Amino acid sequence: MPEANSEPIVALRDVHQSFGDVEVLKGVSFGVAKGGVVCIIGPSGSGKSTLLRCINGLVPIKSGSIRVADFEVHNLHTDQEKIALRKEVSMVFQQYNLFPHKTALENVMMAPIYVLKEDPKEVRERAIALLTKVGLAAKQDAYPGELSGGQQQRVAIARSLAMRPEVMLFDEVTAALDPETVKEVLNTIRELAREGMTCILVTHEMRFARELADEVLFTDGGTIVESGRPAELFDHPRKDRTRAFLSQIL
Amino acid sequence: MNDSHVAQTSGVLPVLLPLAERMTRAALRERAMGSPTLRLDSSHGVALVVAFLCGCGITQAQSQAADPSIFTTLWKWTPLLARGFVFNLAISFMAMAIGTIAGLFLGFAQISLLPPVKKGAFFATHFFRNAPWLVLLFYCMFLLPFQVTVLGVTIPIPDWTKATLGLALPVMANVSEIVRGAIQSIPTTQWEAAASLAFNRRQALWMIIFPQCIKRMLPPWMNLYAILTMATVLASIVGVNEMMTLTQRALSAESRPGLLLAFYSYVLLWFFLYCYPIARWTVRLEARYAVNQ
Ligand SMILES: Nc1ncnc2c1ncn2[C@@H]1O[C@H](COP(=O)(O)OP(=O)(O)OP(=O)(O)O)[C@@H](O)[C@H]1O
Ligand SMILES: [Mg+2]
Repeated sequence: MPEANSEPIVALRDVHQSFGDVEVLKGVSFGVAKGGVVCIIGPSGSGKSTLLRCINGLVPIKSGSIRVADFEVHNLHTDQEKIALRKEVSMVFQQYNLFPHKTALENVMMAPIYVLKEDPKEVRERAIALLTKVGLAAKQDAYPGELSGGQQQRVAIARSLAMRPEVMLFDEVTAALDPETVKEVLNTIRELAREGMTCILVTHEMRFARELADEVLFTDGGTIVESGRPAELFDHPRKDRTRAFLSQIL
Repeated sequence: MNDSHVAQTSGVLPVLLPLAERMTRAALRERAMGSPTLRLDSSHGVALVVAFLCGCGITQAQSQAADPSIFTTLWKWTPLLARGFVFNLAISFMAMAIGTIAGLFLGFAQISLLPPVKKGAFFATHFFRNAPWLVLLFYCMFLLPFQVTVLGVTIPIPDWTKATLGLALPVMANVSEIVRGAIQSIPTTQWEAAASLAFNRRQALWMIIFPQCIKRMLPPWMNLYAILTMATVLASIVGVNEMMTLTQRALSAESRPGLLLAFYSYVLLWFFLYCYPIARWTVRLEARYAVNQ
């Protein structure tokens, strides 16, 4: 559970990012306490995915700073430092992005074995435990093409967890799923959050955000328009823009 | 596949549909292959057999009473021609092996992040891909020395080795394009997923991207092999003792002008019998992978 006074484990300060001439992030700042859950909502194209990608160090930023645990995300030089960062913070994508030529179990095992150079036997045990945790122990030898969307997404979550991250980033992980399977993926995330995993989620599942989030950020046009506890932000939005957005999706 | 617009026109121009559809499919296929595809089918075999029999018939009609039958003559020369054919195959295997290994390197260089490497590989690939095969063959024949001396040991370079190298060059360039195309056809999200799991670029390429490419590379690679096999007869022009050269020798030894058609369609039949299964297999693989993607 969030430790109220501790230093944030993720801290963004005035982050700017652009693709060519198009400025996508225009000064974003926020922090996430260890064990905290932050939900990011906002219209399409407002830069939510880009923001998560920046936190994961997948795309460079133009100015500002992003700190995750002890790492300045955009000031890492050696491969070791980058590996160390990716051990801290792991990302789950909307389109699952499993490796199609590997089984579910192999998908989970690959990074710990080849990147972290851990003992394959021990990794295998942990991978099986993780697949069990997401309810897919029976599917460990299935290839991604043989799994449903919800199952693939849960494998993807297990794959990220295999890196033993401190922070998990979820980018609209239920957006490509049908309503039935959304639930199974959300249950997995809920369980993680309850165990004290720090989570940053981009999501349009408002009920889920309301239930789990410690803080909700509403982004539009590359800035954070409004942020607050879910009850405040959803029930008493202060800004017109937020109100307009919420009235559309609720 | 992107032939939706073909389906749309079906109501408007029903007469053109089969042709338009066929051409669209062929174009898409060639784009996927990166080179013209061999579309051998059994009707080509039938045509060849007909041509062969016509050739035999003409020869038979022109021959004098004393001449042996055309089939006896062909049979007499078959062992020699077969030896030549084996030589063609040997050249094709080696050129393919050398070209594939070099092409893999060149293909990877084409996606390098270092601009000079990338540009150099791009230039080499397109230079050798667009140069006529025969010109490359001549270059290798006449620019390579007939022997090299390494550490006091003189190693001869026979003509067939030079011919093999000459044919390996365009193979290399085509393989390079096949590799580049396959790698770039893998969605960038796979690179992203690998990066987010802390794979570095090299690891991502070898463990995640390239293994997914192999299936896509196989059909165009086999197509290239069939084309190469047929191109090995070019080596006759530079005097290598392969099937074509030996056929010419047989013809001049027989000195019966009517034999020409029969002999050359006989040679064609050999190549057809070898390449046809490869071409069919390629089409099958292609269809299977297209469904799986
Ligand atoms: N690689 C890229 N090159 C150029 N522009 C990009 C790139 N990626 C994203 N953008 C642009 O950046 C802006 C923000 O994109 P982003 O994907 O972060 O939005 P989003 O909030 O996640 O939207 P959605 O809800 O649709 O996923 C968009 O206008 C998009 O066109
Ligand atoms: Mg997005």
